[in-house]
Amino acid sequence: MIEAKGLTKKFGELTAVDAVTFSVAEGEVFGFLGPNGAGKTTTVRMLCCLISKTSGEARIGDYDVSKEQDSIKIRQMIGVVPDNVGLYEPLSAYKNLDLYGRLYGMTEMKRRESIQRYLTMLGLWEKRDVPAGTFSKGMKQKLAIARALIHDPEVLFMDEPTANLDPESAKTVRDFIMELKKEKRTIFLNSHNLDEVEKVCDKIAILNTKLMATGTPAELEGMVGARKVMIGLAQANGAVVESLSKKYPGLTASPDGMTLTFAPKDPEGQIPDIVEAVVRAGGRVRSAAVEGSTLEATYLQLVRRDAS
Amino acid sequence: MRLSQAWIVAAKDFATFTKKKNIVYTVLIIPLVIAVALPGVIFYVQHRPNGAAVSAAELTTLLPAFVFFYVIIAGFVPTTIASYSLVGEKLEKSIEPLLATPTTDGEILLGKGIAAFIPPMMAILGSSVLFMGLMDTFTHAALGYYYFPNWDAAAMLFVAVPLAVVMSVEWNVFVSSRVSDVRISQQLGTIVILPLAGLYVGGEVGIVPLGALSTPLYIAGALAVVDLLLLSVVRETFQRDVILTKWR
Ligand SMILES: Nc1ncnc2c1ncn2[C@@H]1O[C@H](COP(=O)(O)OP(=O)(O)OP(=O)(O)O)[C@@H](O)[C@H]1O
Ligand SMILES: [Mg+2]
Repeated sequence: MIEAKGLTKKFGELTAVDAVTFSVAEGEVFGFLGPNGAGKTTTVRMLCCLISKTSGEARIGDYDVSKEQDSIKIRQMIGVVPDNVGLYEPLSAYKNLDLYGRLYGMTEMKRRESIQRYLTMLGLWEKRDVPAGTFSKGMKQKLAIARALIHDPEVLFMDEPTANLDPESAKTVRDFIMELKKEKRTIFLNSHNLDEVEKVCDKIAILNTKLMATGTPAELEGMVGARKVMIGLAQANGAVVESLSKKYPGLTASPDGMTLTFAPKDPEGQIPDIVEAVVRAGGRVRSAAVEGSTLEATYLQLVRRDAS
Repeated sequence: MRLSQAWIVAAKDFATFTKKKNIVYTVLIIPLVIAVALPGVIFYVQHRPNGAAVSAAELTTLLPAFVFFYVIIAGFVPTTIASYSLVGEKLEKSIEPLLATPTTDGEILLGKGIAAFIPPMMAILGSSVLFMGLMDTFTHAALGYYYFPNWDAAAMLFVAVPLAVVMSVEWNVFVSSRVSDVRISQQLGTIVILPLAGLYVGGEVGIVPLGALSTPLYIAGALAVVDLLLLSVVRETFQRDVILTKWR
């Protein structure tokens, strides 16, 4: 649905986005992660036909972002939640949405239906006649999301939709994204919130001017070192360590003998067996957990590696 | 270019203007003052207790110069509205989502132009009707006929004034793209009246025959040329790439 090949943007001397290649399938929620200044907004703007690209290619559906005739068709099929909400503050929530409905060529009836639907879903219907300028940040963000959906777009671009929101509003927005995901919409989500991306995305790309990695959340988690099973013992027990290391080559004990660490293929799946083996050998288990490489670890490593 | 799409943008601007009372006032106040003050001056001069009344000959050079005032105010009445329409949009960052809709840059520009053109134009024409009515009332005794309406005034009001409004709107679009402060933008925006004021002074000192019927047409011709030149500059400035990456 979304495809970028060697997509590059230069602002004079500065390369903001460097030969980025990725693709997003229909119905997929794609998380675009990167630190400040990584080029996330610039990439989205190129994909949404808002700014020109310096080189490379990008397509939305069957359309090419750099072709004048295609650009209007792309803008008809996408919805954009920009990093700044950009509402018309003197106008009411309803009027803000109605204007956009008109610009997308929707009939009055369709507009009314759609506005009611999204304002209700986002809990803003009661406030429809209130000027958008008086809304809280969270409400404005929700209104901007409703605005992006008004014409029922196939593809939705969201640039850090939960940045600056309190935890509760952020959760409402996140839950709403999950709802949209059920509707099989293709969603491109810019973020630097790792938890959020991990929760809602099918696929993640890590950007730092260049594309550092792409994959499912699980694939990315496994990228930096393997994940480990950590067994905490109630008391140090040499016999347990000896018996266990025979069964699981590679298993190590901490210097105080209280923690056993092991990195099997399927850490979660192995826990019951390992615990059983510890008990058989006469040990007592205090805790069992999987630790190690998380999305955060991968992210930090990729982003730092680039900086050094 | 779809006029309907431009009209949606313009209608949105009208809706925001009406919520901003000071914009409505700035558009109305100057035309209203001109419509009342100029006839007031004539009325005062005609009725001073011990001064000579203005002669018919003097009136026929004064009145066309007064009509020319409308071309001058056409140069700055649109300033507030035009700079609010663009700088406001820039400050609220609402131009980006607007550009993300299936609306072309030209359609948005035209919409903005219509929004900044119509209210000043209506205010000026409304004011001129009041102006001519009052002037006719106050000068009929001295002239022996109703001076207004006449072709000279019609040419000024229906040809030169709209062209001056267009010039002002275009100039303001250009200025708005360079500055991000509504006040500075308004101040720079009023610069366009300087050449017009120059013409007026030329009329007063006798270089420009403001009373001749051909004069409004020359002025209109010159304005039309300036409008076209500015249009090409504005079209260069008003491109999404430029708006989102170079406007400040
Ligand atoms: N109009 C512009 N002119 C010059 N440089 C720009 C322009 N827009 C962006 N840049 C630069 O391009 C780089 C990428 O910016 P971009 O806004 O795309 O980053 P981002 O990933 O969205 O960051 P953030 O998380 O802060 O939103 C930055 O170094 C930025 O300074
Ligand atoms: Mg950004």
